[in-house]
Amino acid sequence: MDNLNPTQDSLVSVHNLTFSRGEKKIFDDISLEFERGKITAIMGPSGTGKTTLLKIIGGQLCPSRGNVMVNGRDVHHLKRDELYTLRKRMGMLFQSGALLTDMTVFDNVAYPVREHTHLPESMIRSLVLMKLEAVGLRGARDLMPNELSGGMARRVALARAIALDPMMIMYDEPFTGQDPISMGALVLLIKSLNTTLGLTSIIVSHDVHETAAIADYIYVLAGGKVVGQGTPEEIKQSSSEWVQQFMNGAADGPVHFHYPAKEYMDDLLHSEKAFKPLFSRQRPPSDRNIKRKRYS
Amino acid sequence: MEFFRYLGATTRESFTKLGRSSFFLISILSGIGSVCVRPRLLLKQLHSVGVLSFLIITISGLFVGMVLGLQGFYILSRFGAEETLGVMVATSLVRELGPVVAALLFAGRAGSALTAEIGLMKATEQLSGMEMMAIDPIKRIISPRFLAGFLSMPLLAALFSAVGIIGGQVVGTGLLGVDDGAYWSQMQANLDFRGDIINGVIKSIVFGFVTSWIALFEGYDAIPTAEGVSRATTRTVVNSAFSILGLDFILTALMFGDN
Repeated sequence: MDNLNPTQDSLVSVHNLTFSRGEKKIFDDISLEFERGKITAIMGPSGTGKTTLLKIIGGQLCPSRGNVMVNGRDVHHLKRDELYTLRKRMGMLFQSGALLTDMTVFDNVAYPVREHTHLPESMIRSLVLMKLEAVGLRGARDLMPNELSGGMARRVALARAIALDPMMIMYDEPFTGQDPISMGALVLLIKSLNTTLGLTSIIVSHDVHETAAIADYIYVLAGGKVVGQGTPEEIKQSSSEWVQQFMNGAADGPVHFHYPAKEYMDDLLHSEKAFKPLFSRQRPPSDRNIKRKRYS
Repeated sequence: MEFFRYLGATTRESFTKLGRSSFFLISILSGIGSVCVRPRLLLKQLHSVGVLSFLIITISGLFVGMVLGLQGFYILSRFGAEETLGVMVATSLVRELGPVVAALLFAGRAGSALTAEIGLMKATEQLSGMEMMAIDPIKRIISPRFLAGFLSMPLLAALFSAVGIIGGQVVGTGLLGVDDGAYWSQMQANLDFRGDIINGVIKSIVFGFVTSWIALFEGYDAIPTAEGVSRATTRTVVNSAFSILGLDFILTALMFGDN
């Protein structure tokens, strides 16, 4: 299933990536290519580490093996300054929007511009208004993030992501939890931004229809592997059971309905071990085991 | 057996946490330079950390001073030494109660707020979002808050002591009939600037440093869920209180051991 013909024209390429979280392998030797100017979607059931993949591409997490090349540079072997320079050209849209809650919409969009450039305030104003106009929220510039609906927050975050005119944008679940109208608006927006600004887009999503409608190429991930790839048409006609189960939303198939457990009858007939150790502590699932790139 | 395993795991975990927090402290300190370039970030934090703690510090200081006035008077009058009430109130406030109680209140008021704020910013991906915008959250978010805590603590402690001394005077001279002149002149004569006041200020600087560090680290290291943030907030208050009281003992032993 490995990508056998990596195109020369890919902006982001992931080679033989392996990433583990504690004992669990999230990615097992996967390779992906993201072509310039195209919308590439990564799909798969929840919990397959799609967001993790974006964080690896953005250099926030380090893979155990393999490398990630963005615009010809190995993300995980860059110095901190070089990584930050590269990140200025990578936009990312978080699932929650990740707007700074103590600033207005206008200041949120202006924030990266103010931080990274020394433009005069009048120019920043025009720039921000242009970006807000592009997402249709020029009128909402004085609102605070807590006054926005989920869809509006995501559009503001999108305006912020394109504020520095990046070469690529990574969308983390852009359609999740949206009503049909904002979903439609977002689908249109992603597509039109991609063509008008000449961006390269990476969409991580499990919303099959919306994503298939705008993506040029789709990777389907499951169990840490790429189980299917191709254009939306190819994916729909794929013979792979994984892909079919995912695209059709079947409850049971290669991805089991049941979380791994011991035999049902055994479980019902035998009670839990009566003795519980006095000093054992139940630790909540923590992200502390993740190897952090740096303390930043 | 289970107990020893638990003991080992806890010890190991606390040491790794200490290591993480030390790295964190180093990156905070290296970010302080960039705070000086943007004084507005610092001013905003000085307001929320320092100015908003003003009321609780003033009121608590007043009551602590008044209680000291009452208790001190009962003891001192037994020996006929009521006129030294000023010395007693001022010394205990400037040396101990000012720095310690102000720091405990500060940890409860500002420290917990810092932890909750940073923890929630982490939970709502604001910190990660800044990183992806190539903006270092340590420099923009953490370091200004650290510096604000570090700078406000000595001022708040001084305020606490000053208001406390006034509280002691109100009770001592106003209610219990200690001579006003004796209250102030005895205080002036017996309080040493270097030995008492400067040492108290040093204490409060140390407490401000430790409390801000703990609060910010707990927030930054919090598990980004509602439960994680609430636990982190609790840990901030508990760990700050332990550190303040423990360090107070060490500092007192070092400062006032020989007289």
